[in-house]
Amino acid sequence: MSQTWIILGATSTIARAFARLLAARGHSLVLAGRDQNELQIIAEDCKIRGAEQAEAVPFDARDAKTFDPILAQAEQCAGDVCVAVFVGSMPPQDEIDQDPSLIDGTVTDSFTGPAQFLTAIAPVLEQKGKGTVIGVGSVAGDRGRLGNYVYGAAKAGFHTYLSGLRNRLGRSGVHVVTVKPGTVDTAMTWGMDKLPFLAQPEKVAGDILKAADKKKDTLYTPFIWWPVMTVIRSIPEHVFKKLKI
Amino acid sequence: MRWKKVEYTGWGRVHQANGELARPERVSDILLATKDEAAPALGMRRSYGDACLNDGGKAIDMSRLDRLLSFDEDTGLVHVEAGLQFGQLLKIFAPLGWLPPVMPGTGFATIGGGIAMDVHGKNHHGAGSFGEHVTELTLATPDQRKVVSPENDAELFKATVGGLGQTGPILSAKFRLLKAKGDVMVVTERRVKTWEDFLPLLDASEATYTVGWIDATAWGDKLGRGILEEAETGGGLVRAAKRSKSVPVNAPGFALSPWVVRAFNAAYWRKVPSAGRTVVKPVDDFFFPLDKIHNWNRLYGKQGFHQFQCVVPVNAADQLRDMVDKIARSGLASPLAVLKRMGPGRAGYLSFPMEGYTLALDFRNTPQAETLMRKLEDMTLAASGRIYFAKDSVARPKSIPAMYPDLPKWQETVAKADPDGTYATDLVRRLKLRDLT
Ligand SMILES: Cc1cc2nc3c(=O)[nH]c(=O)nc-3n(C[C@H](O)[C@H](O)[C@H](O)COP(=O)(O)OP(=O)(O)OC[C@H]3O[C@@H](n4cnc5c(N)ncnc54)[C@H](O)[C@@H]3O)c2cc1C
Ligand SMILES: NC(=O)c1ccc[n+]([C@@H]2O[C@H](COP(=O)([O-])OP(=O)(O)OC[C@H]3O[C@@H](n4cnc5c(N)ncnc54)[C@H](OP(=O)(O)O)[C@@H]3O)[C@@H](O)[C@H]2O)c1
Repeated sequence: MSQTWIILGATSTIARAFARLLAARGHSLVLAGRDQNELQIIAEDCKIRGAEQAEAVPFDARDAKTFDPILAQAEQCAGDVCVAVFVGSMPPQDEIDQDPSLIDGTVTDSFTGPAQFLTAIAPVLEQKGKGTVIGVGSVAGDRGRLGNYVYGAAKAGFHTYLSGLRNRLGRSGVHVVTVKPGTVDTAMTWGMDKLPFLAQPEKVAGDILKAADKKKDTLYTPFIWWPVMTVIRSIPEHVFKKLKI
Repeated sequence: MRWKKVEYTGWGRVHQANGELARPERVSDILLATKDEAAPALGMRRSYGDACLNDGGKAIDMSRLDRLLSFDEDTGLVHVEAGLQFGQLLKIFAPLGWLPPVMPGTGFATIGGGIAMDVHGKNHHGAGSFGEHVTELTLATPDQRKVVSPENDAELFKATVGGLGQTGPILSAKFRLLKAKGDVMVVTERRVKTWEDFLPLLDASEATYTVGWIDATAWGDKLGRGILEEAETGGGLVRAAKRSKSVPVNAPGFALSPWVVRAFNAAYWRKVPSAGRTVVKPVDDFFFPLDKIHNWNRLYGKQGFHQFQCVVPVNAADQLRDMVDKIARSGLASPLAVLKRMGPGRAGYLSFPMEGYTLALDFRNTPQAETLMRKLEDMTLAASGRIYFAKDSVARPKSIPAMYPDLPKWQETVAKADPDGTYATDLVRRLKLRDLT
């Protein structure tokens, strides 16, 4: 059965690797994002790699008007519809400390923008009674840390949203996967010092697809982050507040 | 563009560079980076020596710009970004019945690196160098993109192909894939007893892909013994390749000590029955046999290793024999020694290939090995041959003009394309390639 995947934030390095895996399976791709030139290149690459169709569409998490055409397209789609969200932004915490107004944008990009889109598309998915939603959060959302707690807070909000969405959509046969990557070697982390367990985007993309196939609820990728975060989550707050990790 | 301070090396890990790297993730990034500050482009740093280093300066890592831009199913013409790896190209197209026209011995090399070194493959005697298949390439100059073809700017094209990145970052290239019979290789392996038998077999081989493996530790009446591999593409089913393995840490120094190497070579040679054999292999196993073990370069330990590769004209076969003899008697050689017949095909002023025989082998990084390689460099020069920039890390500037007679033409064109020398790399400086003679 043909699947159409709507990928939000399709220019993200992890999203690009993920789209290639979908292309190799012959699925159709709707590549949504802000950089149309780049999205056209990604679309062509995916077509040559086997995607049945691939098109670039405008999407800005901070502009809900851009959601409508994509929603309309999803409604008209004959086959299954799946959605994967890779949108996110992480301004350095010290920049946010200087300019607190950056918080709005960070929360919109990583949480409320995608959440609005998913809430709007939910009835379409319920109607179809199948499909998959993938939401990319972050291990940073598991605990508030000195280095990036605004970004972490946005991701934590997104995790909680996804868990609720799973609770809702599960009733009509639509599966929701929450993905919590550790550090990944992309533009977002380029230039940062000594990142632990830095993973390649292809590895993370492969893990995400496997988790979707197996209908996992929550994925830590690479796997090492599951034990690491289990420990970090269990540190009592009065101890954690003194740590710098 | 964000620049990251890093310490990095080539594949042989003898030379190191400290510098800042940018890694564009999209086309607008690279155009921005080149506006920011022009710097040499790097691929996957599969060159052994210092061709892919810019110590103390900046460089642009092209590996993330790796998209297929277009493909014509009727003619096989592809347009790809320069960061695409040969192995990826093979993986995508072999199942569709197409092969890259020329492939180096590692699938991790990028198309950009393949052009900048004008790489050759096991089919060089028939198919020529990679650059000969390139019909058009796009350079990112500080102010714009520039499309270069042999028709619209023959000089710039010849200075770019095999030109060590000195005309600026290559963004993309067009070339034609070759139609293949299927996605497996039918390989015939034959034992060869001596050097005297080897060259006639290489000369007479009519196979599309031919390569010789020689035991560079055998001497006396066994000198030049080895295995001749000849292959064609074929159709049919073959089991999926096993998962690759990785060398996690630096091996201790004794891992490749002389007696281990000698024992390995003898066993490898005997593995092929004396009557020869024919086997069917997945394409990537045949073209990239070493890629199965990730980071195998760590087997040589922390101090790294060198590869020596030269080519000499057909009439200098005896001088090449003397070199092999010298290597065997030194006891310094590694298990990996490759002997190949090259055709005349080359596409750039500084391309390596010439009609003749090419020899490539590894040496652990020791003072004795360096002395031996200097001697081999002199012998290559005396034989009217040349050494390969993709492998070199020890050659001296004085040898180069005679080895590369088109050097002045290259220098003239490069001086026009990059008058300030902003794309110079450690190798270019070490060999004084851009110093006008
Ligand atoms: C195991 C192994 C086997 C090999 N077998 C062969 C073989 O059979 N035949 C052969 O010919 N070579 C062979 N090589 C050498 C290899 O193919 C070349 O060194 C090749 O250039 C490596 O590509 P790269 O992408 O890693 O480039 P790098 O090593 O990163 O760079 C090489 C040069 O290309 C330039 N460059 C890279 N990308 C660009 C770009 N986008 N624009 C402009 N300049 C650029 C760099 O500035 C540098 O001068 C082998 C290497 C290994 C490790
Ligand atoms: N890299 C890591 O270590 C890491 C770790 C954990 C989680 N993650 C998460 O993984 C996801 C992918 O990130 P990445 O590492 O691949 O980094 P990336 O390449 O920088 O991707 C971020 C993506 O978000 C998009 N985006 C940002 N704001 C947007 C907006 N307002 N509207 C539409 N798109 C917007 C960007 O699109 P444009 O092209 O329009 O800029 C870009 O495609 C993100 O959600 C990130 O938080 C990353």
